Amino acid sequence: MNAKNESLQELQHIKKMMERSTKFSSLSGLSGVAAGTCALVGVWFAVRSIADWKSSHVNNPEAPMEELATQLLLIAVATFIAAVISAFIFIYLRCKKLDIPVLGMSARRVIINIAIPLFMGSLFVFRLATTGAYNLIPPACLIFYGLGLVNASKYTLNVVRYLGFTQLIIGVINLLVLGYGLIFWGVGFGLIHIIYGVIIWWKYEKNGSEQFTRSANE
Amino acid sequence: MKKTGLNNSQEVQMSNPIENLNKIFDSRVRLGIMSTLMVNEEINFNDLKQLIVVTDGNLASHIKSLEESGYIKVNKGFIGRKTNTVYKVTKAGKKAFQNHLDALEKMIRSIS
Repeated sequence: MNAKNESLQELQHIKKMMERSTKFSSLSGLSGVAAGTCALVGVWFAVRSIADWKSSHVNNPEAPMEELATQLLLIAVATFIAAVISAFIFIYLRCKKLDIPVLGMSARRVIINIAIPLFMGSLFVFRLATTGAYNLIPPACLIFYGLGLVNASKYTLNVVRYLGFTQLIIGVINLLVLGYGLIFWGVGFGLIHIIYGVIIWWKYEKNGSEQFTRSANE
Repeated sequence: MKKTGLNNSQEVQMSNPIENLNKIFDSRVRLGIMSTLMVNEEINFNDLKQLIVVTDGNLASHIKSLEESGYIKVNKGFIGRKTNTVYKVTKAGKKAFQNHLDALEKMIRSIS
């Protein structure tokens, strides 16, 4: 091996270590697909319980809104938990495959940076719910989630930034046309997650994983 | 030079003909530590170990030699009752690393 190759290899090693220590690159596209599917199932449950509620209060103009709101809140929380868990499972499997610490430094940075806007958003949404501004809840969720993704994207794959912008755009459109919350929710949290999940899988996992492991074990 | 298992063969290969290349960065582990610290404000022992994939003893000895060269500084602290040792790159370390990169660049240019 000649000196030039050695120098190039050394530079590649430096670059790899710099990237590895600042970016969490073992996202799994399947996580996006799983989270998106959870969201769509959640929307389906929500649509059904709204339909049930409407049909059972057909002739009642003073129907109790709280009952429905509680039910929808439960569906939302269950969907959120299911989505986070299923997304985590696929990321965990991918980290194991690539032999990368699941909750290493870069992963912690991603989580913290996504959590700050999400936590603030959840306070905001809670207040929207208690004041009865239900129409604003879906766009607020999409916008705060989008901000979280954009904020965390500098510590992970670049594609997450575009996912964040997409959620922001959908959230803003929903702000302009209030009242189709579940549709926007289904599109933003469901469809878009699935589409980006497939893109990530296609780009990084389809045949890229083997290459990555080889260079990491070098 | 210390035997470092996995990285030993590379260390032997990387004995460099050009003087500007810093001998201290001959080791992949030390190069890895420096690369990581150049782009992170500070980093603790466990994170460093996971990133570079080395044993405790191996990492500790490389850290010690970098510390003795004045390239990194060590801050021993506590999180609760557990010790939390964090490492930072020093000004001299930054400069040495920069020079090493320049030397690598020159080497590649001179041969191509």
